[in-house]
Amino acid sequence: MIGRHKHCLALEDFSREEILEVIDLAVSMKEVLLRPLKKVPSLRGRSVVNLFFEASTRTRSSFEIAAKILSADALNWTAASSSVTKGETLVDTAKNLEAMRPDVLVIRHSAGGAPKLVADHVACAVVSAGDGAHEHPSQGLLDCFTIREALGTLQGKTVAIVGDISHSRVARSDLHAFPKLGAKVRLCGPPTMIPAGVEGLGASVHHDLRTAVEGADAVIMLRIQHERIGDPLIPGTREYSKYWGLNAKKAAEWLKESCVILHPGPINRGVELAPEVADGPRSVILDQVQNGVAVRMAILYLLAGGSPAEPAEAKA
Amino acid sequence: MNAQEVERAVGRLGREIADRARAAGASQGLAIVGIRRGGVHLAQRLRRELAAALGSEPPLGTLDIALYRDDLAERGVAPVVGPTDIRFPVQGKTVVLVDDVLYTGRTIRAALDEIVDFGRPRRVWLAVLVDRGGRELPIAPDFAGVRLDAPDDVDVQVRLREAGAPEDAVVMKRRGT
Repeated sequence: MIGRHKHCLALEDFSREEILEVIDLAVSMKEVLLRPLKKVPSLRGRSVVNLFFEASTRTRSSFEIAAKILSADALNWTAASSSVTKGETLVDTAKNLEAMRPDVLVIRHSAGGAPKLVADHVACAVVSAGDGAHEHPSQGLLDCFTIREALGTLQGKTVAIVGDISHSRVARSDLHAFPKLGAKVRLCGPPTMIPAGVEGLGASVHHDLRTAVEGADAVIMLRIQHERIGDPLIPGTREYSKYWGLNAKKAAEWLKESCVILHPGPINRGVELAPEVADGPRSVILDQVQNGVAVRMAILYLLAGGSPAEPAEAKA
Repeated sequence: MNAQEVERAVGRLGREIADRARAAGASQGLAIVGIRRGGVHLAQRLRRELAAALGSEPPLGTLDIALYRDDLAERGVAPVVGPTDIRFPVQGKTVVLVDDVLYTGRTIRAALDEIVDFGRPRRVWLAVLVDRGGRELPIAPDFAGVRLDAPDDVDVQVRLREAGAPEDAVVMKRRGT
């Protein structure tokens, strides 16, 4: 259980205390991750099934390593090689996997709400590893962890999120989490990529990169998805890079000395982020990857560390 | 036990450990590890005693055994995990594990499993302020401040100033009262 939650589906539903429960525990998990012998027996005999309907290396490997460090067994299941291609429905797939008695199902799906649908039909814990343009809760939690680690706190800090906000589940999870920890959020991107009415969630909207990042304590650069290039949202990568990309010159002139730069990966070098910035001293991008394992260990431990769930027979 | 008796017991533990370390030729390779939470402050006190007796301060670490518990499946929710902090190489050291109360021995079993994950110590000694009996595993202390035979329905609590107690004391309380 994470606070009141049996599942980890969306940070919109998480309270400040529930977010802190995960990222405080992740501090201890990171200590385990940095040991010479990085394995603890806490989830021995538990199993975690990674159910990925969308391509992913970072997140899937991260959940897999997290499960293994905690001594749980991890099984990876990808849609390309599965019975989904034979026409099985999502709920049927999940119920079949559930019959093999996993303790946690980690799901990535291109449709927003898919993990919730599965959670409503199975007895085990469900973790969303990203669903459509909805949320990516473990990424939001690792962003909270990484910014807190770099700055000491999120209280009173300003975080700018730059890029395709409309299609970003990372931005959405961050936007639901940061204000709960006391941070102000600025959203920035081409007008075609900012959802209407997003100010209602407490963020300020900027269409000029400079005003968005000046004075910010952390800047999150989002990946510009190739599939969006050339469609009416943005004309091309050069123009995007010119107006919304962060290069060394802009970083040096506009950013606060102490400002850190995050990116959920994978980076399009030279598009949203210049290589010398991605690899520069402000970058905490690889810390994010390492912290991601610690945060996912915390999530798995909290959801699978208690007594195992009994399969609910009456559940439809 | 009152404050004076606790102080005397800690002093005696420190001298006994120092004597044994000298006899074993281990006074330079000693390390103190307190088991969270009750053993942490006690480990700090023992370290001061040992520094005075041996002339050098042994390294100090903290162990949280939550990830090594054997009762996870029997508990409704996952137990709270605190920080483990071992910054010295355990390899070849004589590790003195410190806890406030020794009861079933299950915490010590978990602590032994955890400490060997950091390396292979030369040897491990167990020092506790109170051995209250009631063991469920074949584990015995090398050093005990006081030994008693407390019935199962009694809690033995060590209260130290560092943990916010008005003064040091060891108290016995019938459970549920």
